[in-house]
Amino acid sequence: MTRDRNVSIFEGLRYQGGGPQTAWLLHRISGLGIVLFVTTHILASFLGGDLGKLFNAVYISWWFQIFIIFCALFHGINGLRITLLDLWPKLLEYQREAIWVEWFVILPIFGVAIIVILNTAVGG
Amino acid sequence: MRSRSRTLPLNKRGMNFETLMWLFTRLSALAMYLFMVVAIIGALIMGARTQMNLADVLRWAFTPNVTHVQSTNVLELDSWATPFWKALASLMVFTAAAHGLHGLLSVLDDYFAQPWVRTLFRVIITILLPILPGIGIYVIWTS
Repeated sequence: MTRDRNVSIFEGLRYQGGGPQTAWLLHRISGLGIVLFVTTHILASFLGGDLGKLFNAVYISWWFQIFIIFCALFHGINGLRITLLDLWPKLLEYQREAIWVEWFVILPIFGVAIIVILNTAVGG
Repeated sequence: MRSRSRTLPLNKRGMNFETLMWLFTRLSALAMYLFMVVAIIGALIMGARTQMNLADVLRWAFTPNVTHVQSTNVLELDSWATPFWKALASLMVFTAAAHGLHGLLSVLDDYFAQPWVRTLFRVIITILLPILPGIGIYVIWTS
């Protein structure tokens, strides 16, 4: 069936999917980011030692905190949108509007988080 | 012109393992929201209003593991180290790992079509599923 799709990654990126495609792509990237973070975090807390210290040094850095807070926020809120619309399929007609609402929720929280993280990083 | 609804009734859709995992992904997302709400309520009961800043509350929200807050200004850690909070944290870790590992598998399925590669990934993920949360739960109960 759909096993032999010959779509390259560049053709895929040219697909004009708009908001829903952006949400799909970011959901995928943020999900992988969280899996990577939680896996290394569990291993670091289990192993300890130099490797654990190395992982912890990465978590403490401001750029990683900004990245992971975006992953968690976007994945959580976009996932809530997917869950609600999938479990009540009648709402799927309003998918684009739901994605706009989502950004209105995510961006202010993310902005505040960036300010807090940078303040802490600069101010100590 | 109104498009016809494409939603099939449940009994005509057929239920296989992948469909169940599709449902599990949604329900586990809701479950993790529930765990976070319980953790935040617990934090508020145990003095979050006076002892914690927002970052500390967030640490509690993502599994109340005692080692998560050793560096914060929460004075009393014992009330968090009860079996109830450890059990909740263990549930959170297991739900998150199952949700995440299955998500990883569905991402991999989108880029690898050969049946033996897909089987290989399924074997690897199935092996990881008890091991990774097992390590996390071990850390929760021994720290």
